[in-house]
Amino acid sequence: MAVRLIKKFFNRILITDKNDSTTKVSAALSNGLGRSYSSGIQKVTLIPGDGIGPEISAAVQKIFETAKVPIEWETVDVTPVKGPDGKFGIPQAAIDSVNRNKIGLKGPLMTPVGKGHRSLNLALRKEFNLYANVRPCRSLDGYKTLYDDVDVVTIRENTEGEYSGIEHEIVDGVVQSIKLITEEASSRVAEFAFQYAKQNGRKKVTVVHKANIMRMSDGLFLRCCREMAAKYPEVKFEERYLDTVCLNMVQDPKKYDVLVMPNLYGDILSDMCAGLVGGLGLTPSGNIGLNGALFESVHGTAPDIAGKDLANPTALLLSACMMLRHMGLNEHADKIQAACFETIKESKYLTGDLGGKAKCSEFTNEICAKIN
Amino acid sequence: MSLAARSLFRTFLQASATRGIHTTPRVEQSSSREAQRVTCTLIPGDGVGPELMYSLQEVFKAAGVPVDFEPYFLSEINPVLSAKLEDVVASISKNKICIKGIISTPDYSTEGELQTLNMKLRNELDLYANVVHVRSLPGVKTRHKNIDSVIIREQTEGEYSALEHESVPGIVECLKIITAKKSMRIAKFAFDYATKNNRKKVTAVHKANIMKLGDGLFLRSCEEMAKLYPRIEFEKMIVDNTTMQMVSNPNQFDVMVTPNLYGNIIDNLASGLVGGAGVVAGASYSAEAVVFEPGARHTFAEAVGKNVANPTAMLLCGTKLLRHINLPKYSDIIQSALIKVLDDGKVRTKDIGGQSTTQDFTKAVIYNLH
Repeated sequence: MAVRLIKKFFNRILITDKNDSTTKVSAALSNGLGRSYSSGIQKVTLIPGDGIGPEISAAVQKIFETAKVPIEWETVDVTPVKGPDGKFGIPQAAIDSVNRNKIGLKGPLMTPVGKGHRSLNLALRKEFNLYANVRPCRSLDGYKTLYDDVDVVTIRENTEGEYSGIEHEIVDGVVQSIKLITEEASSRVAEFAFQYAKQNGRKKVTVVHKANIMRMSDGLFLRCCREMAAKYPEVKFEERYLDTVCLNMVQDPKKYDVLVMPNLYGDILSDMCAGLVGGLGLTPSGNIGLNGALFESVHGTAPDIAGKDLANPTALLLSACMMLRHMGLNEHADKIQAACFETIKESKYLTGDLGGKAKCSEFTNEICAKIN
Repeated sequence: MSLAARSLFRTFLQASATRGIHTTPRVEQSSSREAQRVTCTLIPGDGVGPELMYSLQEVFKAAGVPVDFEPYFLSEINPVLSAKLEDVVASISKNKICIKGIISTPDYSTEGELQTLNMKLRNELDLYANVVHVRSLPGVKTRHKNIDSVIIREQTEGEYSALEHESVPGIVECLKIITAKKSMRIAKFAFDYATKNNRKKVTAVHKANIMKLGDGLFLRSCEEMAKLYPRIEFEKMIVDNTTMQMVSNPNQFDVMVTPNLYGNIIDNLASGLVGGAGVVAGASYSAEAVVFEPGARHTFAEAVGKNVANPTAMLLCGTKLLRHINLPKYSDIIQSALIKVLDDGKVRTKDIGGQSTTQDFTKAVIYNLH
């Protein structure tokens, strides 16, 4: 059952395209399922988030309206409420909304420290079984960093590993944290990585591991990837140690294409790759799960500039484009993305974080103008 | 004239050295230098290790360094030829110093063990602190300039505890152990290092927002230690943010202190920023002994016998070794020769954009020794 569900999703997943021809191929592949999407108006759950979240969500909504994207937003609030069991959690209405729509877009959420509830990001991840985190990192024209030609996709296992949350203090001053690796989750994310590579015209999948040190746990992850690689002979497969990838990535990012890895390594490498292209304000992110997919911007809530119309909506906008591709609305995604890249390339209306002076609304208006 | 000045200087330096702390074998030294030769354990390592060691020995010989090597071939991928771990450990314990290439760690074990040979060596000798000094070198083209950070890594516990088991088929648990004792010890080491080397800031790298107990303990230990060193600035940073900052603005870092795995990541990342595994030196310290080894641990096995590896990292290890055993004069001679060769840029190995061989590079360094 689970496998079938995954497959169903894969047929729709068209997150980033490397070139047009693959998009067409993928579109053709997903035709059967895509039709229902492209004809009617789809509902999408929107979680604006905290801090600058509402502003950048409004920007995205405005751009989508201008581009006449056939979707309808269903805005929900995820401020924790006290459930019947006395614990704080996500409101049922929000969960129902995502479960119904199967797709969501989320702004940054604040995790209050010591307020008695778990991180909302974590709760959402658990709730919708978001097992794979996908982050394409690509150098943008117009925003110069020291690293050119970065074009990597990090795919991170998102449910277990070091973040299993199992820890205890055996005796005073001795703590044991458990890293959990299971065959099921490893194979699942490996399969996703290969599917992703295939559907997006990527050439190579690199598994990032540390099996020379953690011989059993990372060894298991590695074995699962090897087994999956055998099923996808058309995609090149290579194995690299985590430290080697770190070293090579900063020297020559072109060496890598799609990277698949366990939780912690993915966390670190995805942020590092974001650093290569200019920070989290420019990198989209998607979470693929069994019960739906949630696209989000991974930057913080930036409370210091919240409400001042200074935030950069690029990450959320690009995540929204990823979402459109996932839904099979490639044309709209391409149009919006092109307008966004064009605006950044021209460097006339850049927000403060990119070294410009424009306000969020000016940046948004410029993108809207480009779309028209 | 210059020769006389040099030998005078040397005598002076060595005489002053006797007043230092680490100079046990050097009491009656004024007359014959032959008498005070130092013995150092040498582990060539796998991959290009032996070639680099050869280069180092050539340079030492040419510079007339009074160090004798006690070679032991230690290898995990070549267990038949490998020396016994006990012998190596005994030798290092006796000599207190060792220079070591990189021992390759395969992702399987010939003895069905989870511990790698590297881990065993570190645990046997209790080499708890790994210090990697990442510094931009002249003549090595890199994206970032003027990087100068020191990464201090705990390397006897954490993720490298080799405690793993398969609870039921398909489900593996791997334990990461963090103890207050070892965390305090590494934190103290880091702050002591910073004090001794006139560093301004110590950054603790952690992931305590997720691993609240484990990394939390490490972070708390660092915080507590920081209170005892009020003149050194202390800051903490989450590991993913650290990597992001490192690739975009590496100059903000001074001394960094990390648990095991994060240290491995940051070491390699930082090495990448200054020119790769061939140019960064490191050292592992226990309370008693020091093992000098390249900072980024890569065996470069694909280049074995091709004579293309860059000996810079190993030569820098050598200079650090000489400074450690109080022969700073020799250390400076070799280091300035090395810097000169790199700066001239005429003889460069492949990894830093040249076509020269390991041998050419070694010869160039020797030619510049004066």
